[in-house]
Amino acid sequence: MLTPANPTTQAAADDAILVVDNIVVRFETPEGPIVAVDDVSLKVKPGEFLSVIGPSGCGKSTLFNVVGGLLSDHQGTVNVAGETISGPHQSIGMVFQEESTFPWRTVTDNVAFPLELTGMPKAQRIERARHFIALVGLDGFENRYPGELSGGMRQRVSLARTLASEPKILLMDEPFAALDEQTRLLLGDKVLQIQQALKQTTLLITHNITEAVQMSDRIVVMTYRPGKVKRIVDIDLPRPRTSEIVGSEAFGRYVAQIWADLREEASRGMRDEEKHTLEHHKGGAS
Amino acid sequence: MTDATLTRPAFRRGVPPQLIGLGALVAFFLTVELLIQIGVINRFIVPPPSDVIGSFGRVIVEEDVFGRFLLTLSECLIAGVLLTVVGVGGGVLMHRYRLLQQACETWVAAMASAPIVLMYPLFLVIFGRSMWTMIMMGFVAALPPVILKTLEGLSGTRKVLVNVGRSFNLTPSQQFWKILFPAALPTIFVGIRLGLIFALINIVGVEFLINFGGLGQLINELAERYDLPGTYAAICFVILVSILFFMTLEKIERWLRPFD
Repeated sequence: MLTPANPTTQAAADDAILVVDNIVVRFETPEGPIVAVDDVSLKVKPGEFLSVIGPSGCGKSTLFNVVGGLLSDHQGTVNVAGETISGPHQSIGMVFQEESTFPWRTVTDNVAFPLELTGMPKAQRIERARHFIALVGLDGFENRYPGELSGGMRQRVSLARTLASEPKILLMDEPFAALDEQTRLLLGDKVLQIQQALKQTTLLITHNITEAVQMSDRIVVMTYRPGKVKRIVDIDLPRPRTSEIVGSEAFGRYVAQIWADLREEASRGMRDEEKHTLEHHKGGAS
Repeated sequence: MTDATLTRPAFRRGVPPQLIGLGALVAFFLTVELLIQIGVINRFIVPPPSDVIGSFGRVIVEEDVFGRFLLTLSECLIAGVLLTVVGVGGGVLMHRYRLLQQACETWVAAMASAPIVLMYPLFLVIFGRSMWTMIMMGFVAALPPVILKTLEGLSGTRKVLVNVGRSFNLTPSQQFWKILFPAALPTIFVGIRLGLIFALINIVGVEFLINFGGLGQLINELAERYDLPGTYAAICFVILVSILFFMTLEKIERWLRPFD
């Protein structure tokens, strides 16, 4: 069930649609250079749901920005379907952690945004947008503005907007982090339904173990700073899945195993944060 | 219905706030009227509100107040259009070219607090005794807030929205028109509102100072004649210009941002 940190695991076959190879990211900080991501390699197969999990400060979001092409100052390569990419790419659709709908556009216009960029005629793009709105379960809200919706509904609009661009890879950075646990589980169901219906290759960045186990085929556990791949866990739970699976014994075992790996990293992160806070206060007091 | 709802004051039971505002204004004028009538306030310094109201007809008929009102209004309108085009354009350029922003932002901010109205003799020399002196004075004095607020709005666009644009591979032009500009629009409107206030103050002020043009000149003439009720009546028309501008601007903003 648990496999050592190695990008060429059984699950990651050679037909990988996304290959992240030896990514290293360094940041300059007032305290000196920090290695945020250290030699991270991943392979994602078509239709696979892969999650990257790690404690705060492990470089998950940095990795998200590298794969999405928003961060170009790094070592290593990102390949999508055999093509090395060096910036944002139409094959990768990103869903962000922060609320990212356009408040000045209705739900339909938000979802139709990527279609508008392709020059698709208005009637056609509205029809397409409605399809994706229905897919995320927001029928009836087409003409509402994001300000009239709840946080969970707004994240579904963001998801529909990204799906409307029909990306080969859906890249999500803790999209439900700001939501309560129950909404998060239910939206997890929705994401699973969509992923299974579209056979959508998905790379999810998260710090939530339940969310990762609920949805993933494999989970990449990362170490605290510098962010390295600690272990890759194959999730052998039946599909189609729903949030009901969180009550199963097998699910509990996966959660416990991943927490055992993460606990040490999270503790290191917490100690590091406390040390920094103390140093900061000492610096401020002197 | 609970006791709490039974004892709620009238304004909580659906009296429109506008009516409350109007009531407060009427109460204020009645108080002033009373204080003047009993001699607490000198009527040769502050005319009784009843005299001001009484002088409206005379000012309208004898002083061509509507012609002057339209002149001041059109000066403000032209200054407003110039402000919007140049001010918003300037803010956009400063946001686009960092060097320009670093070179000019402090000067523009300093200009915002400078008493530019004192430069009216220079404007008189350049534009002559014409409405363009007023328009350009209003325009120049009101330009800094429009530029600064446009810059603030564009720079303050949430990073995640910019990243959404980047993730969809937008061109710089698409990034501006589809994300930055609509996101900055509320702050840009704040700048335009501030700019119009500055423009109106300066336009009426210069009309008053050079005794030429619309309502400012009328206020000057009436004050020179020591016609205090007439002076205050003319000031009411200046306030009317201001109200008209704000109502129009609000309508435009509501049209552009129906979700607010």
